[in-house]
Amino acid sequence: MLNALGQPQTVLLLGGTSDIALATAERWARSGDLHVVLAARPGERRDAAATRLEQSGAVVEAVDFEAEATGTHPTLVEAIERDIDVAVVAFGVLGDEEQAWQDHAAAVHLATVNYTAPVSLGVCLAARLRKQGHGVIVALSSVAGERVRRSNFVYGSSKAGMDGFYLGLGEALRGTGARVLVVRPGFVRTKMTEGRDPAPLSVDADDVAAAIVKGVAGGDDLVWVPAAMRGVMSGLRHVPRALFRKLPL
Amino acid sequence: MSDSSTFHGWGRTAPSVGRPVTATANGVPHLVRRAGPRGLIARGLGRSYGDPAQNAGGDVLLPLPTEIGAVAADGTVRASAGTSLHDLMAALLPRGRFLPVTPGTRYVTVAGAIACDVHGKSHHRAGSFGAHVVDLDLVIASGETRTVGPDRDPDLFWATVGGLGLTGVITAATLRTIPVETAYAEVSTQRLPDLDAVMAEMREGDDAVTYSVAWIDTLARGAALGRSVLSRGEHATRELLGDRGDLLTPPAAPRLAVPFTPPVNLVGSLGVRAFNEAWFRKAPRHRTGEIQPLATFFHPLDGVAGWNRVYGPHGLVQYQFVVPDHEDAALVRILEQIAAARLPSFLAVLKRFGPGNDGPLSFPMAGWTLAYDVPAHPDLAPLLDGLDDQVVAAGGRVYLAKDSRLRAGLLPAMYPRLDELRAVREKVDPDRVFRSDLSRRLEI
Repeated sequence: MLNALGQPQTVLLLGGTSDIALATAERWARSGDLHVVLAARPGERRDAAATRLEQSGAVVEAVDFEAEATGTHPTLVEAIERDIDVAVVAFGVLGDEEQAWQDHAAAVHLATVNYTAPVSLGVCLAARLRKQGHGVIVALSSVAGERVRRSNFVYGSSKAGMDGFYLGLGEALRGTGARVLVVRPGFVRTKMTEGRDPAPLSVDADDVAAAIVKGVAGGDDLVWVPAAMRGVMSGLRHVPRALFRKLPL
Repeated sequence: MSDSSTFHGWGRTAPSVGRPVTATANGVPHLVRRAGPRGLIARGLGRSYGDPAQNAGGDVLLPLPTEIGAVAADGTVRASAGTSLHDLMAALLPRGRFLPVTPGTRYVTVAGAIACDVHGKSHHRAGSFGAHVVDLDLVIASGETRTVGPDRDPDLFWATVGGLGLTGVITAATLRTIPVETAYAEVSTQRLPDLDAVMAEMREGDDAVTYSVAWIDTLARGAALGRSVLSRGEHATRELLGDRGDLLTPPAAPRLAVPFTPPVNLVGSLGVRAFNEAWFRKAPRHRTGEIQPLATFFHPLDGVAGWNRVYGPHGLVQYQFVVPDHEDAALVRILEQIAAARLPSFLAVLKRFGPGNDGPLSFPMAGWTLAYDVPAHPDLAPLLDGLDDQVVAAGGRVYLAKDSRLRAGLLPAMYPRLDELRAVREKVDPDRVFRSDLSRRLEI
């Protein structure tokens, strides 16, 4: 159960090797007794993630998870025995922007991992949390979905779809005890963005983790990281296309 | 999900959604037998601060209808589980009877008072609520009703006293009452400059009085650490009151109410500091013989319905712990940390307990108990977790009826007889039909 101070006992990390997911679980583990269900592809990275969480005091249970294998998602979610207090949907791919819109396989892969798989899991998690009568789904969206731009529109459009799905799911779940927190980070310096030039207002995985922990405890349904991104994106959103095209974004 | 409701405790934290169900006493076995995989928990008037009376995804049995029997020749009275102590007192007082134990609010049910084994200002002499239960009817997981008492299936009885509803559904109880001549208390009030003074006064003087509790200013530091207003009382006699009209008028329903939850917490540091200062200063150095209606003396907060709402949408946490008598040094250390944290808390309550009873999950033990209210905030966790560790090290415990955030791993150290409760549950509820958010959170 989430306690009165918003601390979870059991957390499901989907995409359990994501820097943001791990930083978030570490924060919870440091402040209480935490059981982490680490859903990720088996291998060295998952082992390393498990070790990292154990070092921060968590009890870790690793389960095999393949985002694109949507048919396996219902069983995966059903098989978790403990009540899921928080499920973090943290996986995603950035891909190569120019390849992503010209290479059919790359485009389908990106859309499947970033949109179809989160929808698949969202449906499974919603059913599970409704039955429990409590629980929070944290969906890691991106500011890239707020106004899709030419430079990464396949990624941006997949995040736009995922963001819309989870905001809607949060509305659908009102009154059931389950709720949804959509998190919209700007540029996060992680292994996913390694080698790219950081954009203005860029943050670390731990900044996003702090915002998630606070948002879960505070009962929020949408957080921007950093908070100033909300104003920036709200402005960009209304820039006419002809002008938007000329912006160095 | 149209048949679901959101439940939370008095602290208004950690809500969850369950299915409210209602029944008369005769219908309870049927409800228990048809409870689903998420089980069932009985709920009273929702005065527990945390989550013992909510059951996410499962059934929540609302209070059974009020029923109060006649007072028997031996002074006992039988009441249905859902009867509030307010209604029970209203029925008892005109007959010259009162309950030997009343908590800080009348708005709890008889079954809730048993399941939390509540205590009051009389604990040092009278013990807790469970000590005055002659017997109770309990519907166990099979749907069978057992009548249990201290002499009749004592294991199941004591597991139920303080057992937070996890042994079954209490449907009725027979309680002992005490004779009173009036509905008033004769009160003495004493202002004490620091913790040493109030502890010394309680140690030396409490045994001679029926009711005793101290309001303590948790914001006072240094030499004023633990400055308190000690309030003691006895039932006022008819002789003392003289010709004051109707001497046995029961307490009235609250006249004031907080009508809605404000969007922000209204309990801030400055206001609370000023309030505590004023409260301490306005208290007489030592006044005796003041006559107060019983409601004013026992239940001052019942005068404002829904007072918990002033803490805003994030609610409040009450931290109540007890440490054994000889661990007064631990109490001092803990109070120092509370004072140093500077959190906005209205006067906290300090009480010296008498011995505990046989309930494995019953809270009181001979020693010092402090109850401390603060607005709920994630930043509280390190402070309260640190206090838990010191409470455990001192051989004490926190009160589960108030708890909403204890780490499950500390429960066996605080309640060393937890396994006795588990053994009883294994016998009468092997499939764990009776469950609550608290039982999940604390892995009971």
